[in-house]
Amino acid sequence: MIVYLVRRVGQSLLAVMAMAVLVFLGVFFIGNPVDVLVSPEASQAQIAATVERLGLDRPLYEQFGIFVWNALQGDLGTSFVYGRPALEIILDRLPATMELALVALALSVGIGIPLGVWAGLRPDSIAGRTIMGGSILGFSLPNFWQGMLLILVFAVLLGWLPAGGRGETTEFLGMQVSFLTWDGLSHLILPAINLALFKMSLIIRLARANTREVCMQDYVKFARAKGLSPRRVVLVHVLKNIMIPVVTIIGLELGSMVAFAIVTETVFAWPGMGKLLIDSINLLDRPVIVAYLMLTVLIIVGINLLVDVIYSLLDPRIRLSEMKG
Amino acid sequence: MKAFGLPLIAGVMAAGLAPAAAQNLSIGLKSEATSMDPQFHQLSTNIQVSKNIFEALTTQDALQMVTPGLAESWEAVDDTTWRFKLRQGVKFHDGSDFTARDVIYSFCRVPLVENSPSAYTIFTGGIADMAAEDDHTLTITTTATNPLLPVDLWSLAILSANALGADDQVTYGPDGTCEGMGDVPQAPAFNDPAVAVGTGPYILDRYNRGSEVVVTRFDGYWGGTPQWEQVTMRPITSDGPRVAALLAGDVDMIESPPIQDIPRIEQDGFTIVDALSNRVIYLHMLQQEDAPGIGGTDGENPLLDARVRQAISMSINREAITERIMGGYAQAAGELLPPPMFGTSERPVEAYDPERARELLAEAGYPDGFSITLGTPNDRYINDEQVAQAVAQMLAQIGISVSVDASTASQFFSRRNALEFPVYLAGWGASSGDMSSPLKSLVATYDETLGMGPTNAGRYSNPEMDELLMTAMATIDDEARDQMLQDAQTLVLDDYGIIPLHYEQTVWAMKPDLTYEPRVDQYTLAAEVKSAAE
Amino acid sequence: MTEIATPAPVRIDSPAKRIAKQFVEDPIAVIGLILFVLIALIAIAAPWIAPQNPYDLMQLSIMDGGLPPGETSFATGQTFWLGTDQQGRDMLSGIMYGLRISLMVAVVSLTLAITIGTIVGVAAAYFGGRFDSIVMRIVDLQLSFPAILIALILLALLGRGVDKVILALVIVQWAYYARTVRSSAMVETRKDYIDAARCLGLSNRRIMFRHLLPNCVPPLIVVATVQIAQAIALEATLSFLGVGVPITEPSLGLLIANGYDYLLSGRYWVSVFPGIALVVTIIAINVVGDRLRDVLNPRLQT
Repeated sequence: MIVYLVRRVGQSLLAVMAMAVLVFLGVFFIGNPVDVLVSPEASQAQIAATVERLGLDRPLYEQFGIFVWNALQGDLGTSFVYGRPALEIILDRLPATMELALVALALSVGIGIPLGVWAGLRPDSIAGRTIMGGSILGFSLPNFWQGMLLILVFAVLLGWLPAGGRGETTEFLGMQVSFLTWDGLSHLILPAINLALFKMSLIIRLARANTREVCMQDYVKFARAKGLSPRRVVLVHVLKNIMIPVVTIIGLELGSMVAFAIVTETVFAWPGMGKLLIDSINLLDRPVIVAYLMLTVLIIVGINLLVDVIYSLLDPRIRLSEMKG
Repeated sequence: MKAFGLPLIAGVMAAGLAPAAAQNLSIGLKSEATSMDPQFHQLSTNIQVSKNIFEALTTQDALQMVTPGLAESWEAVDDTTWRFKLRQGVKFHDGSDFTARDVIYSFCRVPLVENSPSAYTIFTGGIADMAAEDDHTLTITTTATNPLLPVDLWSLAILSANALGADDQVTYGPDGTCEGMGDVPQAPAFNDPAVAVGTGPYILDRYNRGSEVVVTRFDGYWGGTPQWEQVTMRPITSDGPRVAALLAGDVDMIESPPIQDIPRIEQDGFTIVDALSNRVIYLHMLQQEDAPGIGGTDGENPLLDARVRQAISMSINREAITERIMGGYAQAAGELLPPPMFGTSERPVEAYDPERARELLAEAGYPDGFSITLGTPNDRYINDEQVAQAVAQMLAQIGISVSVDASTASQFFSRRNALEFPVYLAGWGASSGDMSSPLKSLVATYDETLGMGPTNAGRYSNPEMDELLMTAMATIDDEARDQMLQDAQTLVLDDYGIIPLHYEQTVWAMKPDLTYEPRVDQYTLAAEVKSAAE
Repeated sequence: MTEIATPAPVRIDSPAKRIAKQFVEDPIAVIGLILFVLIALIAIAAPWIAPQNPYDLMQLSIMDGGLPPGETSFATGQTFWLGTDQQGRDMLSGIMYGLRISLMVAVVSLTLAITIGTIVGVAAAYFGGRFDSIVMRIVDLQLSFPAILIALILLALLGRGVDKVILALVIVQWAYYARTVRSSAMVETRKDYIDAARCLGLSNRRIMFRHLLPNCVPPLIVVATVQIAQAIALEATLSFLGVGVPITEPSLGLLIANGYDYLLSGRYWVSVFPGIALVVTIIAINVVGDRLRDVLNPRLQT
């Protein structure tokens, strides 16, 4: 187990580094940040001075070398736009995004799994069909459009919820969070729903498909034949067996939620990392883009690792030692 | 229905809080300030936020006329020397007095700001020396004649030398060679209200990056008690949500509502104010032998022929663009700056004449037209991409087949500066409110050593115009300078060196109990927002 | 029971019939299929049935811009049944052409991504060991980059264009299939019949494609139905962010994105009609996919 973990972590670090190279080069070729940043009134000499000040006049390999050297010491560069360490800027925004993603994930799992199992157990009932119909609608709507409709209905027409922003925050475990106050919570509801709907639909479908599959398995048929209560069959046999794919998906989706929050954060003006990324791409703030991606990659690789461990705990047939390669 | 119980309560609570907010103002801005350091990044978003906290020696009113600020009066002693009388009795937020030392310190700090993406040195670079005759009299010596010095000074925020840890004696030296500066705090330090100390009407309370900037009233303000107890400035970068925030009552005022939403906002009882801005939207054409993105001309660049450029200008129905695309919130442009701003000549708008345009094309040897790429940003100017498409439609009518190449501003500017577009659409806002600004940047011959034509990505060149412009820029006498600038612009426009399309109109939307005098420079200055009752 | 999805033409006859028979048992699925065929036909036939070529600038006039449904053109006198956008583009024609691009982009990218993903996934599960490890590292690496992000950066590098959007979609999607196929195939490789097949001396290729692959089909269909919807939505999102297909040749997604700006202003038709077209298309695809999945899964047949 420990050997396996060490290997995985090593591989993950390699992945992160490969990612850094790709992103660094990628962003380098998009364009020159100075063209957007510098005042339009600046003369050529002043533009050149800015380029030099930001270290962009050096050859690519040199810039990259400096980046790697600093990164090894934990410094991912200084934002061109904000003039502060890129990592610090992102960490400022991390709690907002994590809160949004976790609440959305909790919503999609908490609602998605029961609905999916229900629909899987009674696929032909009205409820089962309605759930499936709803889930189809759930991921048929483009995320940004759906967000706009939510704002239109709940904020503009009904006036129940605020249209955007984060509202009041309070300190919780050293982080600024919204869900502890009414004001914060009211700002959180719409973006969380917007982010959750798609994943919820996905989880409903997955839970339903797997429930149906599990119900066809001999041991479930056996259990039924043995006269176990339907409740026990569902809780013990069905739920346990649909957990493997569901955990995989949750693991994958938490990471993608952090990223998909980009759209939700843009629509709802939620001050998270995703919004920062879009702004940084628009301004070609390379250090922030690179730092964002590296951090996201780290988070996701970490989650994947966790998923693999849980995976092996849930299904003893799959041994970690066999996966280490 | 049960699921809605929770939001309903939240809504009621939010409504309950509303009356207490009468002393407070919240504004939805379309972009976020990158720093609270007013000398870090020369960017309109930063400027409009920092103007609430910091002031400068001069100010510009809503029409960009220069008026006294922290300097009560000034005079040009000779071509390169200016004497400023500083206002007496001005206090900083920390209670200390404003003196000439603060001014010298502030100007000295500009070149010492690290990592600046767009430095204010473009304003201090030409200052050779500064000397305090006494605490409230200051002389500034420039390296060359600069008639626009009082205009430039508006951009240089005055910081508190005490709060930033300067020595008792600060001596000016050009390009960062000042003495007595102490340990100069860098931009990140300004997130701390104890460092971001200015003389402005509001005090920095907190800056939550990505979320809000909150300022509170400065009771000791020299210009009288400011209107609002507290002002919250929230960046809401997407257009739709910004409008929604206003309609839902989350903010009291927003800048730049999308034009198409204005009727809806008005219909809901909100006030709309708008003004012609100092920004012109123009087409620039690459006027050198070697031009990419042109087809059907056997490798020749048709844009070198003034008749072709004239044909392009004549084929554009500017009225249709301002009416249909800009919803009436723009004005067809005949010049590079809207009259009556400094250096304009009331030149009429080019008449729409597709017949004549086709004739001109034929005369120039392109009876069947040609194909060309039109570059445009899609997130920089109001409806920029839409305008570019409309232009493409109109050029198609005279036989020029246009493919619109739209990209985000970051890529667009990089590609434009690399001369990748034979024709491009862009905008120019003259921050000085003076004709020399667009002429110098957009059409003066590209010359790195002189610093001329930095944004002339059409590489237009007219030596006669260059000379006239250089003379004008070194002339203190306003009347003479005005005439020279008018003549210089006429030379360019007669030659169709650049094609003005329209002037943007800047729009603000606010609750009916507020008023705001619309500014030509497009800034949203919270301190200038007033309650309509007064 | 595992022959259903095999490529061998001799055996395909009777299972295909059975699948078709089962498929039509669900009326909703049939409606979905009819809708989808209709939509596909409209998309294919757009150049011949659309009232206007929305890509031809000569046919557009901004004087017709922003007309509500049912108005007639100032220039040509034609009626705009679904109104016009800001450029005077007939929305009905725009939707027909937009469907064409959206479907083409989704189908082409889906086909390419599934092909690549399946081959990689089955091979990884079957061979295991170092090969599996390396492949899955690459998949992890790939999935570590959120889809929207890779697409965003790729397109920012490449510029706008239909081919570039397809490339970006393939690159962001193949790994999903690889991972899905691999994880269901991995459970399968541990079953006795695979060992039996190995003992019988069957070729690797035969085992992979005739025994492993069919068992990966149900989850693959689940993921594929989600992904095709996501491909269309992702393309729309990229357009929303300004890096998708070129504005002069709008896809359905871009039409919605353009209309998004008009959602609050009351000019609902610019975004609502393309939005409806998109949602109907995706729902039709999903309904068909759902039913296909139920029908295709051998274990669900009682």
